[in-house]
Amino acid sequence: MTTSSLRLRAGLVSIALLAAFLGVWHLATRSTGTVATMSPEYAKLMGLTATQGKSAMPGPLDVGAKLWEHLRRPFYDNGPNDKGLGIQLGYSIARVGMGYLLAVLVAIPLGFLIGMSPLLSKALDPFIQVLKPISPLAWMPLALYTIKDSSISAIFVIFICSIWPMLLNTVFGVASVRKEWINVARTLEVGTLRRAFTVILPAAAPTILTGMRISIGIAWLVIVAAEMLVGGTGIGYFVWNEWNNLSITNVIIAILLIGVVGMLLDQILARFTRMVTFPE
Amino acid sequence: MTNKFISIEGIAKRYPGASGATTTVFENLWLSMARGEFCCVIGHSGCGKTTVLNILAGLDAPSEGVVIVDGQAISGTSLDRAVIFQSHALLPWRTVLGNVAYAVSSKWRKWDRARVKAHAQTFIDLVGLTGSEHKRPSELSGGMKQRVGIARALSITPKMMLMDEPFSALDALTRGTLQDEVRRICLETGQTAFMITHDVDEAIYLADKIFLMTNGPGAVLAEVVENPLPRDRGRTDLHRHPLYYALRNHIIDFLVTRSKTFTAETPDHDPRNVPVVHIAKPGLTIASNGDEPRQTWTPGTNPGLTA
Repeated sequence: MTTSSLRLRAGLVSIALLAAFLGVWHLATRSTGTVATMSPEYAKLMGLTATQGKSAMPGPLDVGAKLWEHLRRPFYDNGPNDKGLGIQLGYSIARVGMGYLLAVLVAIPLGFLIGMSPLLSKALDPFIQVLKPISPLAWMPLALYTIKDSSISAIFVIFICSIWPMLLNTVFGVASVRKEWINVARTLEVGTLRRAFTVILPAAAPTILTGMRISIGIAWLVIVAAEMLVGGTGIGYFVWNEWNNLSITNVIIAILLIGVVGMLLDQILARFTRMVTFPE
Repeated sequence: MTNKFISIEGIAKRYPGASGATTTVFENLWLSMARGEFCCVIGHSGCGKTTVLNILAGLDAPSEGVVIVDGQAISGTSLDRAVIFQSHALLPWRTVLGNVAYAVSSKWRKWDRARVKAHAQTFIDLVGLTGSEHKRPSELSGGMKQRVGIARALSITPKMMLMDEPFSALDALTRGTLQDEVRRICLETGQTAFMITHDVDEAIYLADKIFLMTNGPGAVLAEVVENPLPRDRGRTDLHRHPLYYALRNHIIDFLVTRSKTFTAETPDHDPRNVPVVHIAKPGLTIASNGDEPRQTWTPGTNPGLTA
């Protein structure tokens, strides 16, 4: 069997599974006809849930129609609680981008330093071990109190949650560069800085990028929770707001989009990782 | 004695062992090489051959003693001493040209890109890799990788080449070809070379002098064997030379038995004046560095020399 036929068959199975899922979903949430006789005005007041046995959970067709509506106007802005999904996602991506970028700027140089110095590595290890397992949201009250700005606090939370995988992977990558490559640089009398950029960085890059890929995944997980807390804008706030509106359709759409954006972010980092990976 | 290009003077290497004791790999090691000489070191694993090479390269520092190269004590690595690593140690993210150019631009920092490239290309051509410049190490065979290693070492025009079992990971045919190449290049460029090997035939083919080391820990340089074969020796008729088997047997006898018993049997061994062995038919003449009158070692006491 060739790989292309495997891919084709896997695609067909995926489509079949999706169709089965949508089918079951549709059947489970459809209207079952009139269940109670009541005056038309009362029925109108009660809605389809009571009068036609329709589930409060929207079906795939409802979600599809609503999604189409959102996708046609992604960037409308009708005030604080009614913005297009594109705008909400944009806010979230911008916060993740800012916090993540700050984390890259701190974690990679610091990781280099720690990785190259056994003293620093040992001295900083207890701090890293204690700080690493703290849930990023636990920092939120402290961030709100000190920073006094909810939006920057969210960025700080992203920063603090994405720094650890990058830092640890950078330390590991730098510390485990093959001795023979270091020796090549030493016999060629390459200075410390040039050695860091021409030998250690390319050798450690795949490990560092793997850490960055883990970090972007965690950052995207955390932003939803952080925005539910800080409120105002962002896809996390949108989910919570639509829950308060009891619009399950919008919640499902948001969940779907969060998944898609997370996948795209991961794919971007995966592509970068492939670019720096060298075959041996 | 005036012609000492490289002089290792009384070096020792000790490691802290378990429970405060120190392990001495070797101590009081004296060794010298003339300019343009090709020297091979033979000894069993663990006798500290690689440590000696690393000290010569400057990658490792001796616990005692000094190494003098061209009249100056060395401290640390130098572009004058190129190393060919056993594992070739190419940077896998660079192409063949990139690997050689990295060395070239490390030596001549102010050269522009075109000049670095042209210089690197000369040495890629020299080792016969023309056409593979833009391949990555992962696309090369083991022999080709080691050729890149040789090109990289030669490209910085070092005063000496240090080789740590450069061909041990290669198949026999490739090894033979590369030995020819290294021999040709070293003769052409008048390179001083120090090579560690486990292969007796390789040492006989390549070396002017063969250093025999006893087993470690506490290894000593037992003998310096001068290669009696002519300098223009060829691979094909090497084994027909009248002294070939005497030389080969002498080395193998050393490796098989005398490397273990040498220290016990020779209590008056003077590490500063290691005996130089001249293989000559039918017996074996031994002299101590040429300073003292030569003694004659009669056949029979040395089991290898019945030829």
